[in-house]
Amino acid sequence: MLDLRGHHAHADRAFRFAAIGAAGLVLLILGMIAVTMTNRALPVFRHMGLEFFTAIRWSPPDSLFGALPFIWGTLFTAAIAVVLAVPISLGVALFITQVAPPWLKRPLVYLVDLLAVVPSVVFGLWGVLVLSNYFSLGRSFLTAGVILAIMIIPIITSLSREVIETTPTTDKEGALALGATRWEMIGAAVLPHSAGGLVGAVMLGLGRAMGETIAAALVIGSALGQITLNPFAPGNSMPAVIANEWGEADTLHKSALIALAVALFVITIVVNLIATAIVQRSMKKSRGT
Amino acid sequence: MTAVADTVGPHIDLTAKRGWRSIKSAIMTGLMVASLAAVVIPLVAVIWSVAARGLAVAFQSFPDFFAKEIPVVARRPGPGMGPAIVGTLLSTGAATLIAVPLGVLGAVYLHEYGKDNRFARLVRFMGTVMTGVPSIVMGLFVYVVWTLQFGYSAFGGALALACLMLPVVIGASEQMLKLVPIHLREAAYALGTTKSRTILTVVLPAALPGIVSGALLAVARAAGETAPLLFAVGAATEYNLSLFGEANTALSVQIFANANSSFVAAQERAWGAALTLVLLTFLVTLVARIFTARVASQR
Repeated sequence: MLDLRGHHAHADRAFRFAAIGAAGLVLLILGMIAVTMTNRALPVFRHMGLEFFTAIRWSPPDSLFGALPFIWGTLFTAAIAVVLAVPISLGVALFITQVAPPWLKRPLVYLVDLLAVVPSVVFGLWGVLVLSNYFSLGRSFLTAGVILAIMIIPIITSLSREVIETTPTTDKEGALALGATRWEMIGAAVLPHSAGGLVGAVMLGLGRAMGETIAAALVIGSALGQITLNPFAPGNSMPAVIANEWGEADTLHKSALIALAVALFVITIVVNLIATAIVQRSMKKSRGT
Repeated sequence: MTAVADTVGPHIDLTAKRGWRSIKSAIMTGLMVASLAAVVIPLVAVIWSVAARGLAVAFQSFPDFFAKEIPVVARRPGPGMGPAIVGTLLSTGAATLIAVPLGVLGAVYLHEYGKDNRFARLVRFMGTVMTGVPSIVMGLFVYVVWTLQFGYSAFGGALALACLMLPVVIGASEQMLKLVPIHLREAAYALGTTKSRTILTVVLPAALPGIVSGALLAVARAAGETAPLLFAVGAATEYNLSLFGEANTALSVQIFANANSSFVAAQERAWGAALTLVLLTFLVTLVARIFTARVASQR
């Protein structure tokens, strides 16, 4: 019998194991993040108990660590960002897929992607030295929300564009053949078809907005104890606190900041799990039909 | 007529006045153009600010800004950002050397071995989730597992950046492997080539331009990251060419520190550093686009 594999079999198997290992690294890193960081966060939980999540006072010199205002700030700024970014992203995605002539599509895609290439710290620098000075927004929840919106527009736009492009041409042409205008065609064929995927895209944007650190750290104002619906008030968010306070933190304070990171990790993982599941299911469904 | 409309989906009232309906459509198209403007305006504003304020700082008595060390006293005016440029290149370069081979290998597993088995599906799913893990979490993770034991170094920053790049490289590479025609693999098998040799000598070379493009986009993103470096790299002001053992710095970290400063001299250096960083990331992105165009023209 002719054995063409022969002495290469060992190399073949080794390569396969290396590949499995590399793929498994994703799971290993996520698991290690959860375990090692929770371990480092334990001192503050022993000190504060679950009040860490419900107390309002954050005063490191008094060893008081109540994270609620930061959790609120994270959710509030992310919500502002999503409210601002979603209509704009959807408009751009619809323009690129339904309105723009073919030669214009690629340049527009590159243009939106260019926003994603600008480093977040540069947006932060611009936000703190230009936006907050010249547009008299000051450093506030709203300023942070605006900067975060600019930063999540590219991801929401590109995902929406991909989802929208899966709309069958026959659906669109059917609507147009019935005499629908372009907007009616979008309302009747494109949006119902893409709804699931669009929800997922928005949630991924939400996850990004909650985790974005540096730009928020520069423009949010670093105010303590702010739980308010006033967007013009200065506030703070979980990643911003971590970035701004790490330098002068002692051991228990560091543990509290790591605990914030663990909370942030859990929240963003949950949001991303749901979003990814929605996107994958809607993509599979639209490919199936 | 209503029956036909029902099969399309939501009801369209085609009996309404044609005039109003086309006006409404035109208004919505106008709003789409407006949202495009809402994207272009901040992009242009940011780039204009960076160029206007950065050019004057960075190219005054060239090449001082790119070569001199960072002033230790923040309020002292004058150049430079040399050590930060070196630090950024060191961390990002090392991160690339770690993340790209591992990421490509992971993608090879997903597409060539695992395909649709349970493990591959799990890794694919968690990889997508991992791209959404905040970069500051990666930074603290590396602080906990690396910096606490070994101290500040460019390598710590590289580890954090590599964790961020890994899922991006895996995702992009798998897309590129999908584009390699199955008959190339079959031809190699027919010649008696083993699977690993087929992958290394036939599949990967065929997918290379696309993989390079995806990797470069990940590099451009990593080079601009700040949060992962804050806890791992340190804040040196002098040149440090070693990857291990000593504190280093990076352009992004310097921008963050100087943007927070109330001294005009420090803010000016932040603008200069921002210009340098934006040029660097745009350049890498441009090269990536050239590779993408090559992939598109090959197909």
